[in-house]
Amino acid sequence: MEIFKKETHIDFMGKARMAIMCSGLLILASLASLGIQGGMKFGIDFAGGTLVQLKFESPPNLSDIRDSLKDLGLADSTIQEFGSPNHILIRVERSQGALEEMGTTLKEALAKRIDPDTITVERVEMVGPKVGKDLREKAMLSILYAIIGIVIYISWRFEFQYAIAAIIALMHDVMLTMGAFSVMDKEFTLVVVAAFLAIIGYSLNDTIVVFDRIRENWRRRGKKSLISVINTSINQTLSRTLLTSGTTLLVVVSLFILGGEIIHDFAFALLVGVVVGTYSSIFIASVFLVFWESRSKRKKA
Amino acid sequence: MYSHLRWKIPLILAVLLGAVLMAYPLEEKVSLGLDLQGGMHLVLEVQTEKAVDYALEQRADDIKHALEDEDIEVDRVSEDLQNRLIRIILVDTIDVPATNSILKNYPTLEQIEVRRDGLELVYRVRPDELKHLQDNAVQQALETIRNRVDQFGVAEPSIQIQGERRILVQLPGIKDAKRAIDLIGKTARLEFKLLNEVISAEDALRGTIPEGQEILYQRTENKATGEVTRQPFLLKKRTVLSGDTITGADVRFDSQYNEPYVAITFNSVGARIFQQITRENIKKRLAIVLDDNVYSAPVIQDEIIGGRAQITGSFSTEEARDLAIALRAGALPAPVTILENRTVGPSLGRDSIEAGIKSMIIGFVLVLVFIIIYYRLSGIIAVSALFLNLVILMGVLAYFEASLTLPGIAGIILTIGMAIDANVLVFERIREEIKVGKTVRAAIDAGFAKAFRTIVDANVTTFIAAIVLFQFGTGPIKGFAITLCIGIAASMFTAVFVSRTVFDIAMSWKKLNRLSI
Repeated sequence: MEIFKKETHIDFMGKARMAIMCSGLLILASLASLGIQGGMKFGIDFAGGTLVQLKFESPPNLSDIRDSLKDLGLADSTIQEFGSPNHILIRVERSQGALEEMGTTLKEALAKRIDPDTITVERVEMVGPKVGKDLREKAMLSILYAIIGIVIYISWRFEFQYAIAAIIALMHDVMLTMGAFSVMDKEFTLVVVAAFLAIIGYSLNDTIVVFDRIRENWRRRGKKSLISVINTSINQTLSRTLLTSGTTLLVVVSLFILGGEIIHDFAFALLVGVVVGTYSSIFIASVFLVFWESRSKRKKA
Repeated sequence: MYSHLRWKIPLILAVLLGAVLMAYPLEEKVSLGLDLQGGMHLVLEVQTEKAVDYALEQRADDIKHALEDEDIEVDRVSEDLQNRLIRIILVDTIDVPATNSILKNYPTLEQIEVRRDGLELVYRVRPDELKHLQDNAVQQALETIRNRVDQFGVAEPSIQIQGERRILVQLPGIKDAKRAIDLIGKTARLEFKLLNEVISAEDALRGTIPEGQEILYQRTENKATGEVTRQPFLLKKRTVLSGDTITGADVRFDSQYNEPYVAITFNSVGARIFQQITRENIKKRLAIVLDDNVYSAPVIQDEIIGGRAQITGSFSTEEARDLAIALRAGALPAPVTILENRTVGPSLGRDSIEAGIKSMIIGFVLVLVFIIIYYRLSGIIAVSALFLNLVILMGVLAYFEASLTLPGIAGIILTIGMAIDANVLVFERIREEIKVGKTVRAAIDAGFAKAFRTIVDANVTTFIAAIVLFQFGTGPIKGFAITLCIGIAASMFTAVFVSRTVFDIAMSWKKLNRLSI
């Protein structure tokens, strides 16, 4: 079985302009969304706070919950459904010592209105502000280190402009995925950071496979132009790209639909990331290589 | 021609066997992370400055006694906690040389100021001693918490130092999270202090609190109404007896009201001091203070020999039992604050596992089926390599006693995707080579050779990202990073080395003119 029986000759670079415009629009949209929302919506891992997940035997009356929270002086908490109407997630911005045992405290407060035997505290997470700040710093540093390491490696194996192209494609991917998160109003937690790092790895993986083919064809290019070489390379690796993305997507979609609430956001990030990552290897990274070449040609002239 | 198979096949079999041995039986060897089996993840920070404060107070006390023992008249020995200083004020200049020589016995203090011909001496704690005190405090806190957790009875707890002054406590499968936190976080600093018999606490509150004295409160909760009252006590600051002399603490029941109390026994030093205090202060009141809270202040009826005392308060049986545990394990050298607390109930863990594993298996099966359809017999080789991949992954996880977290499962899933990628790269290359017209043998050789470079480049960059994640992540994230790292390494081994060997085996059996790929 084969996807392409004959060699394909799609003119990818010809569509470059349209692709760049499209990406540009999407990035603007992402930035706009982030701007409107006032930045990323940070989970308690980064912003500090307390999270309580409760399971009720039957869907509870949300106003009962809100009133109980008011009794505790926590009227400013957010209450939301989590996966099913029986599961409620309560998020409190503060994280003082007294809130350590939020689970039991909440149960007791709710007891006035709802039978406590029907409530199970499934999960309580409290993160102090110090830890949240530490984590934010660590997360940024780690992304920085990862990028530096990657630039060095790619510059060594290919050439410097390849590294820049790869990084630009990467930033494009991260930007769009963050935008998707912002638009869908999803939270940025530690687990999501793990997803982003996985996306970085995956997008790079993909970009390098294309680069590798370009490098190989460039050596035997004869009189062909860079654009022609790139087009050929992408066409040659097309079936592999579709296959790998396809199979990875199979698994990620399965996670997304069946994996349960907790890794839902993680799967969402991977979903967007894999799609965008594949696209960026073809249209962003390669286009940059062309741009770089024409720029250096102009300099020489 | 295929002589290298002689060592390749045994190697692969050895790896397979090794991995299986390590990972079998799976449930026992690979432990589940807290997010999967339920439990508590706690990050505590030790208030090391407090430990230094305590040490400073102790030292000032020692010095005062040492000077008095030499009949040196001392106006005052006081500690300046903020600046870490000890001030000694003498009365007579005759005593100055003797004082100086006594203070030479304290190498951890250095003299920084001399005033009024030596009547006023100021000493400071040496900076390296400060660091030593702080590190010690964290170490001691670790030991104490470990002791308490041991007595609490949790299976496989994990308690480690994190950074300079943080302690990570992981208690899998814990049922009563609140009780655990109370027990772990309790400083349990027991002090006996004498009351000021002259001035009442209320008068002192209205006026000024005399020097060397302090106001501490007794907190009583009316169990019926939940109302809390606080009664002030004016106490002499100096601790006449502290909890580090306790050898035993047990819960007993009052014969009259059947209320629980904690019976404590002192060691010989503590017993002697206790005897002395009770002898010298008959009819006076002695306050039993725990963590700066007055528990009770009974009147000393008689001299107590034998070193036993009782701590009463409005306890529940459980509170008394936990207090006994805390006293037995020893006081924390300094208070701890809770920085992070994640508790996952067992039911959630179970649900998460089921959902996560189910989705993984389904995704996996879909991929397998697809690969076999697409690549036919070669697809079966790829699938076998994938299985080997997973087995190796489990084996290495078991070997490092790493725990499997939910993100870890996600990491496995991603690894499957990347492992497929490696196989796809090779197979697509082989197909290309066949199209160009090469023989089966040559195509396989060329395919693997060319694809190898690509696989290495691509996987190394993902590996870099995974290593960075491993360094900075904690808990579940580390699990993800570990599975990704191991998975990538294993997938390179299986996709390149193992698959190649299988192809070689097939070729050595019969000359293939056409490849099922």
